[in-house]
Amino acid sequence: MAEERFCGPAHRFAATAGSTGEKLYAQMRLIRRFEEELLARFEEGQLAGTTHACIGQEADAAGVINHLRQGDVVFSNHRCHGHFLAYSDRPDLLAAEVMGRATGLVKGRGGSQHICWENFYSNGIQGGIVPVALGMGLAERACGRAGISVVFLGDGTLGEGVVYEALNMASLWSAPVLFVVEDNRWAQSTPVEKELAGEMVARAKAFGIDAGEVESTDAEELYEHFGPLVDEVRRQGKPRMEVIHTYRLCHHSKSDDMRPRQEVEARKAGDPLPLQRARLDDEAAARIEKEVEARIDRAFQWALDQPFPGPESISDPLAR
Amino acid sequence: MGRTVLSSLNESLHRMMGDDDRVIVLGEDLLDPYGGAFKVTKGLSTEFPERVWTTPISEAGFVGVATGMAMRGLRPVVEIMFGDFVLLAADQLINHAAKFRWMYGDRVDVPLVVRLPMGGRRGYGPTHSQTLEKHFLGVPGLVVVAVNPLIDPGELLETAVLKDDRPLLFIENKKMYARPVRAAIDGRIGALRVRRTEGDYPTVTAGFGGPQTAEATLVAYGGMVEIALAAAEEMLIEEERYVEVVVPTALNPFDVTPVLESLATTGRLVVCEEASAAAGFGAEVTAAVCDQGFDLLRAAPMRVAAKAVPIANAPPLEQAILPGQEDIVAALRKSLGGRGQSIRIATG
Repeated sequence: MAEERFCGPAHRFAATAGSTGEKLYAQMRLIRRFEEELLARFEEGQLAGTTHACIGQEADAAGVINHLRQGDVVFSNHRCHGHFLAYSDRPDLLAAEVMGRATGLVKGRGGSQHICWENFYSNGIQGGIVPVALGMGLAERACGRAGISVVFLGDGTLGEGVVYEALNMASLWSAPVLFVVEDNRWAQSTPVEKELAGEMVARAKAFGIDAGEVESTDAEELYEHFGPLVDEVRRQGKPRMEVIHTYRLCHHSKSDDMRPRQEVEARKAGDPLPLQRARLDDEAAARIEKEVEARIDRAFQWALDQPFPGPESISDPLAR
Repeated sequence: MGRTVLSSLNESLHRMMGDDDRVIVLGEDLLDPYGGAFKVTKGLSTEFPERVWTTPISEAGFVGVATGMAMRGLRPVVEIMFGDFVLLAADQLINHAAKFRWMYGDRVDVPLVVRLPMGGRRGYGPTHSQTLEKHFLGVPGLVVVAVNPLIDPGELLETAVLKDDRPLLFIENKKMYARPVRAAIDGRIGALRVRRTEGDYPTVTAGFGGPQTAEATLVAYGGMVEIALAAAEEMLIEEERYVEVVVPTALNPFDVTPVLESLATTGRLVVCEEASAAAGFGAEVTAAVCDQGFDLLRAAPMRVAAKAVPIANAPPLEQAILPGQEDIVAALRKSLGGRGQSIRIATG
């Protein structure tokens, strides 16, 4: 896994061979297989703790993040693997982190929900990341850089008050921030009907923030949809909220899915992977799948071979 | 009249903003002509309109914003109008700012300063008079520094903002703003002999009779410092007993060494604090002394603290609730008079 210089997701996406459709499929396939592999290894006892997979929502990451440049900031949440893999293309580092290894993204300290790499951050506290991401976007502008900040939140996170403090300030201070709401219809085990009143988009509009929504699990559609929105946030230097109505096809974390079976089964028709695969010729798709498989194998094998951090790595957080 | 704590802080902010474009100030009602509730930020918005941001009433939100700014190259200084309101930002401080550096494998720094005017004795009642920093002591990754008039507050703020890359609570005291800065000249502040430790956040040890004559060690920080000094003076005048007052500025991480050095002479410890005692600063100092200097103790350590009730509005009630000079004197007398007592909270 040779280190190569990070030039940003958009640059890498453009530099990668293949059609847009093939590249989006390859990315989503990598995310899907990574998380399936994680869940399988949980069952085998190779991982501790918990994880939140984004199976069914891969098109969001691919649709948004491929438009971002090197200096742009991404702040993600507990369900961050898809965002991170679309951002970094580094399944090895993520696997090592989730498996608690010393050479993981953050030395085994953060695990699945708390990662940092280049300009990508995630944290496991709902809502609290939103003002932080806003501050990052404002700093980009204050420091005279052209970066924007993208923060991912879910329908459930819209219950946190600090989100609205951030929306208010983002509008007041005209911050270059894109708020992406992934509405997967369920906040853990609670359906959106029981946790959210009114309309999601109206919440941003109430603060004078341009907002829109798209109901799609189609990576190509989302990729086309978000290109102009990312440009607009960058060009106009003002915030936008975009809601993606999607669906989580897996459990919230692990073996905790109590949703109606029929509903989940019906939603499988919208699985973004078969949707995208159907657009490719079979040979290209099979080649991509084979390559992804080899990468996943290598990533997890490498991660497994990495050492666990020892107690000597517990540094004082206040050391200067 | 010379410089006050307020003017020192205000000048320091002017100086820093003039010298360093990365310094940005955020908080409620900061703009001139108002210039902040206690006027610490007065004049800044006139001189640096681009970098003084008056905020909505959103403590969690703007502490989070400042955290993000700090991680991306700025040196934000946040003012929480009344320190009491910092609880609204507790999640931001504990689950975000304080964790990021370590949790992210030392990949980031968070040079964030949050200024907190704490303290009572001004009749502001239960939600505008508290001394709440004890709830933030012992948060891994979060520095807590408290101003006192024996160290130039502006210099301290400058260190925190420009030299320190860690998230930091900067504890001010409302009653102290109008007090003159009494920094030592040639080891003396008036009749007091003082010594101070090296380092960015020094501990000052002050006494009327010099180190070898002291019979009790009184630890005080922030708004309790001048009251503690008055108590030490009273002990000298009324009882002819010398008391050494140890004044730390860094509450977390806390270095107990200067306390132990004083105790090596005195063997008697009284810790005072403006907050209530339970799980507070005095408890921490006492535990640290027992840990590292138990053999030095010749009497049971004592704590002087507020009564464990909300702080009342009525002046006589407020006075009865907050620890005063007479409470400290009573504790010192007890400490000097007896031995082997159990730890008690003297609240007057």
